[in-house]
Amino acid sequence: MPKRIVIIGGGAGGTITANLLARNLYRQLVSGHVVINMITDKAEHVYQPGFLYVVFDKVRPDEIVRKQKEILDQNINLFVDPAVKIDKENKIVRTQSGKEFPYDFLVIATGSRIVPEDIPGLKEGGHWFYDMEGAKKLRQALKDFSGGRIAITVGVPHKCPVAPLEMTFMLYEYFKQKEMLDKVELFYTYPINRLHSLEPVANWAVPEFEKKGIKSETFFNMEEIDAEKKVVRSMEGSELNYDLLITVPPHKGAPVIADSGFGKDGWIPTNKKTLHNEGSDDVYVVGDTTNLPISKAGSTAHFESHIVAERISSEITEGFSETEYDGKVICFVETSFDEATYIWFNYKTPPTPVPPSKMIHWMKLGYNRLYWLSAKGIL
Amino acid sequence: MSVAVDNTIDARGSACPGPTMELIKAMKSSSVGTVVEVLSSDKMTTIDGAAWLKKVGQELVETSDKGGYWSIIAKKIK
Repeated sequence: MPKRIVIIGGGAGGTITANLLARNLYRQLVSGHVVINMITDKAEHVYQPGFLYVVFDKVRPDEIVRKQKEILDQNINLFVDPAVKIDKENKIVRTQSGKEFPYDFLVIATGSRIVPEDIPGLKEGGHWFYDMEGAKKLRQALKDFSGGRIAITVGVPHKCPVAPLEMTFMLYEYFKQKEMLDKVELFYTYPINRLHSLEPVANWAVPEFEKKGIKSETFFNMEEIDAEKKVVRSMEGSELNYDLLITVPPHKGAPVIADSGFGKDGWIPTNKKTLHNEGSDDVYVVGDTTNLPISKAGSTAHFESHIVAERISSEITEGFSETEYDGKVICFVETSFDEATYIWFNYKTPPTPVPPSKMIHWMKLGYNRLYWLSAKGIL
Repeated sequence: MSVAVDNTIDARGSACPGPTMELIKAMKSSSVGTVVEVLSSDKMTTIDGAAWLKKVGQELVETSDKGGYWSIIAKKIK
């Protein structure tokens, strides 16, 4: 009987984990001693950080989408058939079409999804850039925008924590290039009492906002949106009028997680070092799906994938594994159309942003292309 | 003071999104009556968290120094 590895989710975390496992366990795969089955709900793989560039017409939508089959190792079995139930007791994953996938090791990488419908009026009144449809609609809204206040609001929780700042800085650059800064007011809001959750990033952003004339309000959590009157009301009791509302909607995990009793709102209790689902030794969790108090970001999923692939490979070939995750996250931060900075941090080391430069921006643009090598488990 | 906590979030070592954001997230997703505790390695969480609870009219139950880390406990009352 071969060892059966089932991976649910074909985003960054699931794909990198699968490809690394296929490389580590090549001999076992071709000899039939190991089987890797990936179950996903989409036939296409999207490089999600690319949405930011789609909004500003810097990248065409088709440049950030590839067929999932093409980026997976040929020894991995791909099933585009959404998982609807994870039966932890019997070690079986059931899919929408009725198939059953028994497992010896399970990797859950079902990611997160935006839920604008959780805030009354947000779906009707807001624009966002967290999916392709939203990015394209926002691109058009910006082309049509003749002037007024653009409000930027941020839901909790959300992935890619630096994206609201990047969007704000890129909006400034966009309207500067269109020579419309005298007609546009950028108004940024944030859920906690500074401009970003990372204090060094928040401290760096303050003078940047002052220099660019970007207004802000902190401790601002969306309560409801009156799309007709174009007003955002916050939980903290304030009201903000807007002409165009750009929001980072709140996120939830995949429905299969809550439906299978793994975790409320779709986040799974996860051991911060081993990345096991708490209380389990054969179920691993990767990427946004964890309940870890760290950034939900592509780089988090990437680094976690290496740990999980190494642990499962070692457990199969050596019978044990001691590889552990140290909480590493790296994020590029675009500060305009031609400069960027970056931050890295882990459980023990806080981040320190470096001064923005053209070089880091070029590295980011380079990584946007190199991502496909990461997804393949090469970079 | 001994309080029955329903949900403890260990955000020690969390740089991003950070303990205050974890408190907001937990309070938003909890039902009325739930008592939430957030553990943080940053003392400022007790000050920032308390300020947010006051602003939104939720109950700050207590903050405490645990020796090397801090705890903030809040109750969702509306």
